[in-house]
Amino acid sequence: MNIVEKILARASGKQQVSPDDVIFANVDKVMVHDVSGPGVIKVFDKLKKQGINVDKLWDSSKVWVAEDHFVPSADKISAENIVKLQNFTKNYGIEKHFKYGMGQYGICHTISHEEAMVLPGEVYVGGDSHTNTTGALGAFAAGLGHTDIAYVLLNGKIWFKVPETLYFKLNGKLPDHVMAKDLILKIIGDIGTDGGAYQTMQFGGSGIDEMSVESRLTLCNMTTEAGAKTGIVEPDQKVVDYLTSRGASNINLVKGDADAEYSKIYEYEGSEMEPIVAKPFSPENTSVVREAPHVELDKSYIGSCTGAKYEDLEAAAKILKGRKVKIRTEVLPAAISIYRRAMENGLLKIFLDAGATVGPPTCGACCGAHMGVLAKDEICISTTNRNFPGRMGHVDSQTYLSSPLVAAASAVTGKITDPRDLK
Amino acid sequence: MKGNVIKYERDNIDTDVIIPGQYLKIHDYSELASHAMEGLDPQFHSKVKEGDFILSGKNFGCGSSREHAPIALSHSGIKAVLALSFARIFYRNAVDGAFLLPIEIEEDAYHGISEGDEIDIDVKLNEIKNLTKNQSYKMKPFSEIIGKIIEAGGLFKYKPD
Repeated sequence: MNIVEKILARASGKQQVSPDDVIFANVDKVMVHDVSGPGVIKVFDKLKKQGINVDKLWDSSKVWVAEDHFVPSADKISAENIVKLQNFTKNYGIEKHFKYGMGQYGICHTISHEEAMVLPGEVYVGGDSHTNTTGALGAFAAGLGHTDIAYVLLNGKIWFKVPETLYFKLNGKLPDHVMAKDLILKIIGDIGTDGGAYQTMQFGGSGIDEMSVESRLTLCNMTTEAGAKTGIVEPDQKVVDYLTSRGASNINLVKGDADAEYSKIYEYEGSEMEPIVAKPFSPENTSVVREAPHVELDKSYIGSCTGAKYEDLEAAAKILKGRKVKIRTEVLPAAISIYRRAMENGLLKIFLDAGATVGPPTCGACCGAHMGVLAKDEICISTTNRNFPGRMGHVDSQTYLSSPLVAAASAVTGKITDPRDLK
Repeated sequence: MKGNVIKYERDNIDTDVIIPGQYLKIHDYSELASHAMEGLDPQFHSKVKEGDFILSGKNFGCGSSREHAPIALSHSGIKAVLALSFARIFYRNAVDGAFLLPIEIEEDAYHGISEGDEIDIDVKLNEIKNLTKNQSYKMKPFSEIIGKIIEAGGLFKYKPD
């Protein structure tokens, strides 16, 4: 069995599972945020009316909560959603609630790794499609809707069809000007936005072994854009070190068997990789940066669970150091812990000196919700994960997806720019 | 199950156009319905009728996990979405929450059915009849678990064996 099959077999009490088996998996961790939480509360209200008991969760200690989409509160409705969410966690005795304005908080997927909320080998579900991100720690991590999350909160388990696994092998390190974001955009360009549909996308090979945990998180994050059920990397000592430095213990490294089966294997040569952008209006609409259209950009956005981890900010700072931005540039670290490190290590000063605005952690403009949404006809280069029509604001705005290196280089020139071509 | 078809002849209709991100803070189902499909078809709300179906191409509902998407369609009156394929979270949200039926179709139905056609979906026979054009097409059968959850009326009413 491969790693996902082993995790799902253990979680469903079976010796063996195979692709297409339908199982009920016991869940180890579950997450809701300020959009899916109120959605779940609404489902609970509906269930109560049907006479279903919702007085107690299956295990409050396995539930954690993030405030990220509409924080700092965008308006009255989103402020009320935060109050609802805080009452919910209080009533159900959920202790792990990362509240904005009270120390550590951030985008849910970023909190999942920054706070070691999920461990290798676990089954982790979240009320957000980019829950796949956390598979980079060697967990089975999948996004679910409100009804399914409500079911997990009350029953501690959920059904899954065991997915087939696509294996993406990276041979050798990526060059310095290429980031994990470029690789995952290249892959999505190759297989399409449904190329991984209902399947696992697993990453391995010497290039992945060499990669930081944060880069692996970027890869797994955007498996969602290929339609995958989950993304995963087999955990190694880097993951153990990463998690133990964040307070985790009793880490159990589940790996696939030597004879594990994959439905298809794709190979990429690290040395051949180039900076990539995804043009409007789909993450699969990719181009090598040097062949990208010569558009006049209005904005560069360095934020989100995909592109505002510490190493993403470091990459942007490397470019922006001693330079000035030519277009509106917003940098929003994805969690307070990252914000603090960026402050202590001088990155925030580099951003401010370059003329960029630094904002608080939020999903905000990434999903067109608030705090930096795009006007009609505005064109943005962004380290986020989606560029469907209207994703970051007006339906006639445009988003190009890129790595933090490319977004920062483009901020300096006002055009889509390969970091190697920056003077 | 009979109804008329609203057709979007394109692939990858994503949740950002089914219900744009700015409305994610809203959990009032009828208000969500008033913004359904706003990112693609601003006329949708005025033309949709109770019992209508949507017909579309590949990978319908890709993107976010927002259950707002099947909710907004269902509370607009949509009883089923017929598509060449579905993104996974939209599909399970539609079924587990009992909001609408996600019907997987083949190319013949996709090309054969036009905007406004009246069709009759028979999930027992896995058949779609086009009453306007007097044609019929096969739908892909539901997998066993999906069939059982639909029959039960959603995940909370489903009793695993």
